[in-house]
Amino acid sequence: MPGILVVAATAEGALSRSSLELVGGARALDASLGSGVSAALLGHGLGSTGAAEALHQHGVATVYRVDHPALTAGQSDAYLAAAEQVARTAKPDVVLVGADTVGREVAPRLAHRLAGALVTECTELAVEGGAVVVRRQAYGGRALATLVVRGRPAVLSVKPRSLDAPEPAPVAGSVVDVDAQIDPNALPTRVREVLREKSEVGLEDAQVVVSGGRGLGGPDGFKMIEELAAMLGGAVGSSRPPADAGWVPISWQIGQTGKTVRPALYVAVGISGATQHVAGMAGSRTIVAINRDPEAPIFGVAHLGLVGDYREIIPPLIARIKELKAR
Amino acid sequence: MDIIVCLKQVVDPELPARDFAIDPATRRQVREGRPLVLSTYDENALEVALQMKDHQGAKVTALTIAPQATVGDTVRLALAMGADEAVVIDDPRSPELSGPARARMLAAVIRKIGRYDLVLTGCESADLVERLIAPLLAEELGAACVTFVARIDAADGPLVVRRQADEGYHVVEARLPAVLSVTSDEANRPRLPKVKDIVTAKRKPVQIWTPGDLGSMADDGGVEVRDVAIPQRTGKCEFLTGDPAQQAEALALRLRELKLL
Repeated sequence: MPGILVVAATAEGALSRSSLELVGGARALDASLGSGVSAALLGHGLGSTGAAEALHQHGVATVYRVDHPALTAGQSDAYLAAAEQVARTAKPDVVLVGADTVGREVAPRLAHRLAGALVTECTELAVEGGAVVVRRQAYGGRALATLVVRGRPAVLSVKPRSLDAPEPAPVAGSVVDVDAQIDPNALPTRVREVLREKSEVGLEDAQVVVSGGRGLGGPDGFKMIEELAAMLGGAVGSSRPPADAGWVPISWQIGQTGKTVRPALYVAVGISGATQHVAGMAGSRTIVAINRDPEAPIFGVAHLGLVGDYREIIPPLIARIKELKAR
Repeated sequence: MDIIVCLKQVVDPELPARDFAIDPATRRQVREGRPLVLSTYDENALEVALQMKDHQGAKVTALTIAPQATVGDTVRLALAMGADEAVVIDDPRSPELSGPARARMLAAVIRKIGRYDLVLTGCESADLVERLIAPLLAEELGAACVTFVARIDAADGPLVVRRQADEGYHVVEARLPAVLSVTSDEANRPRLPKVKDIVTAKRKPVQIWTPGDLGSMADDGGVEVRDVAIPQRTGKCEFLTGDPAQQAEALALRLRELKLL
């Protein structure tokens, strides 16, 4: 059945939020295209995880399932082979892939194998005048490109946290098991080990994010940032310079290169507001900027601005928040 | 080991906003009169190749597609950092190439060069940030692919690399030939060439080819760029005034009003 195919790669078994975001994007496209949404559910030991049911719950009628022991964390070659097999079975017009670690490798290669059109790192999907139209950031977030995708299949990778996760819309669904015939010994790459870093758990899902930039002056400045984040019940992020300098783990980095966040509150401390960074946080509901330089571009996107030295502002802020919360 | 490093010349990404403009005809960034630099992560890719050359011996070829008239600094920097030779595809239209078209052209050049064990690129270009060159090259060349490689853990036996991942790092073993895209890491800070290196670089071979040597690349890949717009910031920042304690007080109260506390 032609239509929109969502690639839901799931090393952990459960359906990820990114996969659900793709389902939301697919359903919005389908409202205009009307050709149906299906999903490629790829992983191992999927029978008991409820992932297929979760897809049905969110409006995906047909789930093509590839359950194979080679589909483990980071094993891009195996996910590519499985996605290709499903795409050749489902023959979709549009394929949506999450632009995460695996998806960044899978999407271009899948488009090449299917001789389709390719747009990576999309942030918006739409149908305009019957054509598939996508938007993506360009030039480090300084510009927004609008592209009309005419080639089929259109393979689109979508930047995580760009689309909203959809409301449930249960449908009666079916699961089609697809035999991907993956030979683990023939794969050109093999993940030997997954090294988990001290990362801000759920940075992308946090409702409050406090981020530090070059203006903190060094790794010690982040102690104050972490304290403020803890007081606000939020996560810690950073702009690119602290991550590049090794002050903080690279997984904390927010921006065009790095994570995209859309929390209810984003506090930028000592961050100048380079477009690179703004690209990853401009969708936040309330943005507070603390910076010594009143001309810093961050004030161009902030809703509330505090001009001054963060070392003098944050301690009384933490104390006052503590008081207010204790009431 | 033969290593080819693909380099892209871009308008300086640190360009002040007032100098940033989109050409309505090409729907690309205006390049005329703007400083051109090597795309950010390409220098890291080159550094990774040069470290392999230093440690176990390798021939490093720098490859770039760019109008020859403007490419001088990119090639000179690559050779001065330590690349052994350079291949330039002199294409005046190259700044307008789509990512997939650029990958096809690079693959055609690499096939023509013929000898390679590793092909390295930056993990993304500073202008389009498509992150697709390495995966597409891998498909074109039938090579293994690992993107966002932070460091090479071993290359004397099987190639083992460390890939930056959502949850930390993946230690990945790859067969050769392989195409790797490289991200920045403490271990691959680009070296600064010494004066002596700059002088020696002038004697290194630079081959200049034309796209005509490679067959036709004309194809938009089924994607049409309709518009590239510069979003206008609303600039409605409300500044909280007073001394630091007063600012902190005002902010805490506003956060409470907004039900964020």
